[in-house]
Amino acid sequence: MITRREFLKTSLAGAAGAAISLAAIEMVDPGKVLAAAVQPEKNARWAFLIDSTKCVGCGLCVKACKLENGLPFEANISPTWVERYILTNGGELFADSPKAGRDGYTSKRVDLGMGKYQVVDKSDTKKAFFVPKLCNHCENPPCVQVCPVGATYRTPDGVVLVDKSWCIGCGYCIMACPYGARFIDPRTRTAGKCTFCYHRITKGLKTACVQACPFGARQFGNLNDPNDPVAKTIMTQRVVVLKDEYGTKPQAYYLGLSKEVR
Amino acid sequence: MHVLRPLLVVIALVAIVLAIRIFAVPVGFGVYDGGYIYGWYDQSSEEAAKSVEVKYQGREYCQGCHTEQSSKVSSSLHANIQCENCHGPAIKHPSEPPKLTIDTSRDLCLRCHADLPASLSGRSAIKGIDPDNHNPGVNCASCHNPHSPAPGAAK
Amino acid sequence: MVHGELWTLKELFVYPNEYIYWAIQIVMYPFMTGLVAGAFVLSSLYHVFGIKQLKDLAQFALVFSFALLGAAPMPLLFHLQQPERGFNVFLTPHFTSAIAAFGVVFFSYSALVASELWLLYRRHLVEMALKLRHRASKNVSDVFGMVLYNVLTLGSYDIDEEALHKDERAIKVLAAAGIPLALFLHGYAGFIFGSVKANALWMTPLMPVIFICSAIVSGIALCMLTYIVMMEFRKFMASRRRDTLLYRQTHPTVSRAEIGGVEIHVIRMTAKYLLFFLIIAISLEVLDLIFRGYTAVKSWDVLREVIYGKDFASIFILQYGLGNLVPFVLLVIPRLTVRRAILGTALILFGVFMMRWNVVIGGQAFSLSFAGFMHYDLPIIPVDIDTYREGLFGALTILAMPFALFAIFAKIFPVATPELGLSSRASDDRTIPSSVYQRS
Repeated sequence: MITRREFLKTSLAGAAGAAISLAAIEMVDPGKVLAAAVQPEKNARWAFLIDSTKCVGCGLCVKACKLENGLPFEANISPTWVERYILTNGGELFADSPKAGRDGYTSKRVDLGMGKYQVVDKSDTKKAFFVPKLCNHCENPPCVQVCPVGATYRTPDGVVLVDKSWCIGCGYCIMACPYGARFIDPRTRTAGKCTFCYHRITKGLKTACVQACPFGARQFGNLNDPNDPVAKTIMTQRVVVLKDEYGTKPQAYYLGLSKEVR
Repeated sequence: MHVLRPLLVVIALVAIVLAIRIFAVPVGFGVYDGGYIYGWYDQSSEEAAKSVEVKYQGREYCQGCHTEQSSKVSSSLHANIQCENCHGPAIKHPSEPPKLTIDTSRDLCLRCHADLPASLSGRSAIKGIDPDNHNPGVNCASCHNPHSPAPGAAK
Repeated sequence: MVHGELWTLKELFVYPNEYIYWAIQIVMYPFMTGLVAGAFVLSSLYHVFGIKQLKDLAQFALVFSFALLGAAPMPLLFHLQQPERGFNVFLTPHFTSAIAAFGVVFFSYSALVASELWLLYRRHLVEMALKLRHRASKNVSDVFGMVLYNVLTLGSYDIDEEALHKDERAIKVLAAAGIPLALFLHGYAGFIFGSVKANALWMTPLMPVIFICSAIVSGIALCMLTYIVMMEFRKFMASRRRDTLLYRQTHPTVSRAEIGGVEIHVIRMTAKYLLFFLIIAISLEVLDLIFRGYTAVKSWDVLREVIYGKDFASIFILQYGLGNLVPFVLLVIPRLTVRRAILGTALILFGVFMMRWNVVIGGQAFSLSFAGFMHYDLPIIPVDIDTYREGLFGALTILAMPFALFAIFAKIFPVATPELGLSSRASDDRTIPSSVYQRS
């Protein structure tokens, strides 16, 4: 009983529409702006591209994500997060992601957990970088495979979502995800995760984190669109995915990753 | 055969569960694109995911009214920073909320401008300060204009 | 505070969303289903393989298995964030999930054990139903009992020789069919863990087999322990009552044997099966450990730190030492006594519980980053619903549940009365040394 979602009849010029300068409009009616933005892609296959070398660890993406998705700002979970890696001259690796990187990295103190910190000086570092992470929206999502009630699924356009009204909160999906992308949403007491901002991308908008990133470290695109610059990069450049060995076929592609990244 | 009576009870119970299924399972439930492994779900939940309110509207939305500020920023070093990163999500502003809260805290600026070991990151290309020694306790905005930060100088 | 944060302590690099999401109730869950499976296998040893010495224990084990079945899904319900949606597992089962299989396997298994119980006690049910129906003056409890027993007969009152013979044959078939089902019930509990590829400690095809073997060990141990305690308690109570003059006057015909305690040869026999399965279970666990160390894949560095470092005490001292080695020695020394059996089986139960603990909690003791650790801090004092159901008292509630259920079932099904079950012994006074039941 395969029934396909009905897509709005819109032209492929959708991407071009976003480029129209709205500065010309004198008074902006939010409704009009949204209506102008509503141009979902046909038969999309959404994918994420992260250029780790561009990330500066400002954490504005994490902040935007939590606010956009209405998650309690202080709750220590997040659909997306930023990790910091520091390799010292002595070969020691330090990594942390305090508050998921929500407040950015403003201190040289690396959070070691259990109330301990380690200050690493610039002169003592061999490598130091930031890595943004989020749900990989795997093509073979192990979290979906293990859901006992069909409360999580992969949409036809490749986004892994949770049905908050049907989830029983067993936590099996959280256990099955090799990336630590899932959590229990404190609002609904059901599984929570990154939705690729499904409410935005289906309206032709970018995800909140992509929009918030000032440095282009996060990009979002449609693999089924041959003219999509992000798709082009993924197809033609040296991209890698995280934890390939699990056979999950992640759809978050990385540029400039390093072997230290976990 | 009296030994089969428990089987009748089992059949009755199964029938009850199947009957409950008819009423209790949402109509949208079915096998969709991902097949039974990845696509067994209630389709109406896709709509629920789509119906979340959009809060971050993007700089084009702001430009319409706040033309002066936005053009100022767009020609500055901060051109790539979205208005809402500092001013908060617009949601339906100006109707709701009528006023946005402006984050002028030091911590906001330090997200990029605290000097950290970050050799392999764009961070090393951004001018950074040591927050403990560079006018601690003073709001950055009292010296620097976030809308047009002059290269390497205070306002 | 988000779910899991309360009892999780993070050390070094742990992903922000990682917590110990599967806590004490998920330790209880395989422990309880393991007891069910083990108790059933024990009862089948008599019904299918005709090991006559186990007859008394077999009937007891079957009723106890049913009581355990009632308690087995409770840890899951306690654990679920949305317990009222638990029924969704039956409504829209997603069978690619091992937990969805639970609905079907658990239901079929319950149906099978209930059917076997019904056939085994049908004669008693019919007799009680008729007796209460024909009682001249009925009080409230009689009426209740009459309705209950009449419903339980399922409308079949045929208890002549031929019918009972049919029952026996059906029991044999069910008991035989029940063994693979019991193993499946617990095997898939192992599968729930073994199939999680994201978890370096859990993922091994040996997991279901290890779970089955330790399940049988724990089930047999619990049946032995409960049986001994129950029989000794009865003996104690009966000998106290017997000392009163009134009792001797009203029960002049009660023979000494009927209130005798445990038959030690039954215990010794069962202990042999227990040891057999214990050896298999430990061998598999050690094989798994050696294999992990030898192959030393990517995850081994962090696993080694957990196994030989952070969890050393609970794995090697509590589980293997106190929970396996000590009871092994206790049970393997010839001329097993009741006291030694009690201590040995209790320690075995503890050992199996620690094994579940070390799998479930140990599997979450390290981060998916392989560069950090999580420590579990069991909530003791229940200050709200979450600290109760995911805390010590929630676990104790689950532990008490099968005994409460057993107490109720034992009222309906006579587990150890002279008419049924233990009657075989009553006719033969000589098998019991007089010292067992005589009060000094």
